[in-house]
This record gives sequence, C-alpha cells and structure tokens, in this order.
Amino acid sequence: MAAVELKEKQEAKARQSRRIAAKGNHAAALAARDVDVDVAAIYPITPQVQIAEKIAELVANGELDAEVIHVESEHSAMSAVIAAAATGARVFTATSSQGLELMHEMLYIASGLRQPVVMALATRALSAPINIWNDYSDAMSMRDTGWIIIFSENVQEVYDNLIQAYYIAEHPDVLLPTVVTLDGYILSHTVEPLELIPRDEVLSYAVKRPRGYRPVLDPDKPMTFGPVGAPNWYYEIKIQQIMAMREAPRVIEEAAREFEKRFGRRYGFIEEYMMDDAEVAIVSLGATASLVKAAVNRLREEGVKAGMVKIRVYRPFPAEQIAKALENVAAVGVLDRAVAFGGPLEGPLFLDIASTLAVRGMVKPMASFIHGLGGRDIFVKEVVEMFKKLQELARSGRSETRTLFYGVKSRTKLN
Amino acid sequence: MSFERFLGKKYPETWEDLPLAGVVPWPGNTEEVDTSAWRTFKPVINQDKCIRCRLCWVYCPDGAILEVDEEYTNSKGRKFKITFKVDYVHCKGCGICAYECPVKAIDMVPEER
Ligand code: SF4
Ligand code: SF4
Repeated sequence: MAAVELKEKQEAKARQSRRIAAKGNHAAALAARDVDVDVAAIYPITPQVQIAEKIAELVANGELDAEVIHVESEHSAMSAVIAAAATGARVFTATSSQGLELMHEMLYIASGLRQPVVMALATRALSAPINIWNDYSDAMSMRDTGWIIIFSENVQEVYDNLIQAYYIAEHPDVLLPTVVTLDGYILSHTVEPLELIPRDEVLSYAVKRPRGYRPVLDPDKPMTFGPVGAPNWYYEIKIQQIMAMREAPRVIEEAAREFEKRFGRRYGFIEEYMMDDAEVAIVSLGATASLVKAAVNRLREEGVKAGMVKIRVYRPFPAEQIAKALENVAAVGVLDRAVAFGGPLEGPLFLDIASTLAVRGMVKPMASFIHGLGGRDIFVKEVVEMFKKLQELARSGRSETRTLFYGVKSRTKLN
Repeated sequence: MSFERFLGKKYPETWEDLPLAGVVPWPGNTEEVDTSAWRTFKPVINQDKCIRCRLCWVYCPDGAILEVDEEYTNSKGRKFKITFKVDYVHCKGCGICAYECPVKAIDMVPEER
C-alpha cells in the first residue's frame, strides 16, 4: 500500500512539475512544439499574433525543428501549409477573424485535397466595423468548409485539443483539416495553469506516420493533385468528403479515449453540466460555456433545475449526443455569439440544435439567444434571465419564433 | 480507407474506387483523355494540296497532328515520303491548324455524329 501511495505521490509531483502558467496563445504554440510540427506558416493577426511569435521563438532557440515560412498573407499561409502537408509534412497554422476570411478559398482546397492541416483559431468578430474582440462569427463562417471544428473552453483544452487534432486529422480514415478554437483575449491572452505533456509521450500518442500512408507528392511516384473534377466525378469526390466526416466521430472518440487513458483528461463531443435532472438547459460553445455554468450554479442555489450543454466538437455535429442530452428537458435555449443574418432565426448554433431535435420528432419550447457580439461582456445575471425566460416557455409550451437579443442598447422592442 | 485500396483499379466506377481527393496516381494520364466530344468542326486535310511544310504539326496545341511514314504522290506527280494525319481522339476542333496552313489544305467541316 505504501508503495502505491509513494508512486501516486511521485506522479502527482511529476505532474505538478509540468504545470506552468500560460496564455492560450502560448498553449497553442507549445502544442505545436510538442507534436513536433515540420512546417509552420502563420501570418500574425490580432489576437493570434503571439502564436506566430512563439513559434518563431521556439524555432529560433532550437526547441522546435521546423521550417517557418514567412508569408505575406493568410491566403499564402494556408496555401503554404496545404502544399507542405501534400509532401507529407506535419503542419500548423493559426489565424483569426479577417485572416480566416482571407483564407476562405483555401479552406475548401485543404478539405477537398484531404490535407490534414491543423490550425488554431483565436475567435474574433468580423468586420465591418473593425472589432478585435471575441465572438464566434469567424468560426461560424467556416462551418461548411469541410473542416473538423473543435471548440475549447480553457487554456488546458486549447493544448489538449490541438494534440488530439493531429491524431484525428492525420488518421487514415479521416484525413480532414482540423481547427481548434480559443476565444480571442478570453483565452488567447489570459494566463491559466497549463499542464504540459512530455514531448515523447505526445509523440507516442499523436504518432508521426511514415511517408506514404496517404497520397503525397513524391518524385519517385508522380501523381497529380487537384486535377479538374468535371461533372462526371466532382460529386463522387464530395461524397468521399462527406463519408470521411461521417467516419470522423469514431476517430474523434478513439482519440479522446486514448488521450484519457494516457494523460487522464477526459473529453467528449459535448459536456453536460447538471443535466441529470435539468428542466431547462442552455447550449453554448467555447469559453462562454463557463459563464453559463456559473449561471447554472446560481440558479441551482435558488432551487431552479438548470443545466448546460457545451459543444466541444462542432463539426461533425454531435447530433445524437445532443438529442440524448436534451431528451428530458422542458425547454432549450441556445446562446449564440454569432449571427446567421437573415436566417429563420439568427443564431447559427440554434439552427443546428433546432434541426437536430426536429428531425427526431423532439418538439419542445426553444429559444435562440444572441449576446456577446464583438466582445460585448455577458454577465451571469443576463444568462440567469435567459434561464428564467426558458422557464416561462416551459410553462407556456411555446417556442420563441424570433431570436432574443440580450445586452443591446435599445429604445425599441427588438423581439 | 487506406490509399492502397484505390490503386487496385485503374479506372474507378464508383466513389469507393476513386483515389482520395481525386488525385491521379499515374503519370501521363492526359494521353488517355478523349477530347473529341468538344469538337463542332473537324479538320480534314486535303492530301493533294498539302505541301508537307509541317506547320500544322508545329501549331496544334494538342499534338493532334500526326506525322506518318506513308508515301504519297499528288496529282501533279510530286512524291512525298511522309503524310500528315489528324488524331481525332485528341483533336478538339480549335481550327488553328486550318488557320496556319499556308496553302489552305485543311478544311474545317461540321462534325456529324
Ligand atoms: S483543329 Fe486544333 S486540335 Fe485539331 S488538329 Fe487542328 S490545331 Fe490540333
Ligand atoms: S500546314 Fe497545311 S501544308 Fe503544311 S503540313 Fe499541315 S496540312 Fe500540309
């Protein structure tokens, strides 16, 4: 018994020694270091700049043996990593907001060419007007580009998710580009404890596969990448992508299971908080979920059975898990920090949740909440108000047919 | 779904056989592409008028003019060792050969199928 205790103590000490204080941006760069990327091409854009800086620093001081390509725009950054990945290299890039928009064309090329590009996205509002603060407009703009999208709630998750992203993206059954988000400033610039994993352990988890397990550019085996896909074959190539997306959940789960086995931290497609007996629930993403958790805590003190569902894997959308989590609640709210302009309701995540429930015949009162655009502070008391609204809907049995906007300076009634 | 799976079959029939991302895993494949369906007019060489200057061979953007070792004697009794012919599988019917021919020996005639 004593031996076991001693071992546990030593392990705890070892873990403690790997604990550092890091910003989200540095966590992302350190993840790229620990998976030993071969090529990084990052164009610095606020609030992601520190990732580009840190990668350059890691390479300059010999901690990372990678080729850093200094590009003149995000379009080139994405092009460069796609091309590098096509030679079989492990690649990394990062962006934010307008930078992601400038990459947009290449986002489809990365997924269409099935290159396992991994990217960190410091989420930030889109122009105009220029706004450098956090919301999910940029992430939502890439939801249909064929990328796997993973949201992070804290700095540790940024690091862990990025390591898993390599496991997933480079898996022969997936081969899809993968993006991991970190909320601009809220995670990118906030210092939190970060437990690093020794590099050899990371590399035995996210193994660098030998050349040739997937089509790569090879002078000895010439092949054409990105030929014309005329009407006689384009559709079939898209079906391949769709099937890879359908295959991805199995690999994502495997990646999480293996990660937990080795490093002890557990990740699911979604995270349920106080959902066992919840009567009203709010679904949200990223760091915003922490805030919803705080509101749930406050409501629980008042005796309100509130719950929260956080979506970690946003694409492929974990519809089954979400439907199951929301099965027994009386009313569902979705807190969006992005806008689907002119949509049937304006919350993009709401549309996903609503269709998830609708096709399964789960009719229940729902509400689309939008708050926090362009870094507007959301307060716990406002999320509490949202929950109160849901209680009202649960009583009346009716959904809100229009999006409810919270925290707007408004003279007229918006809803 | 490893890559090897796609290499078993040269010509895919369904999406399952298709090489990943539609890459073409063997070189020189454009030779196998039949571009004749693009044509509305096809070049027809009048062998009697042709002076074997080879300009059509030079100008054809698709290498669709063939130089063949075939003797030919024209109506004026002039003897040629070679003959120029059109490779109708790869000719796309652009008409450049007919435009460049200095003696107007090539006619573009409507394609009839
Ligand atoms: S029509 Fe055009 S493609 Fe056809 S043989 Fe003449 S030059 Fe070549
Ligand atoms: S260009 Fe005209 S004359 Fe010259 S080889 Fe061709 S067909 Fe004959």
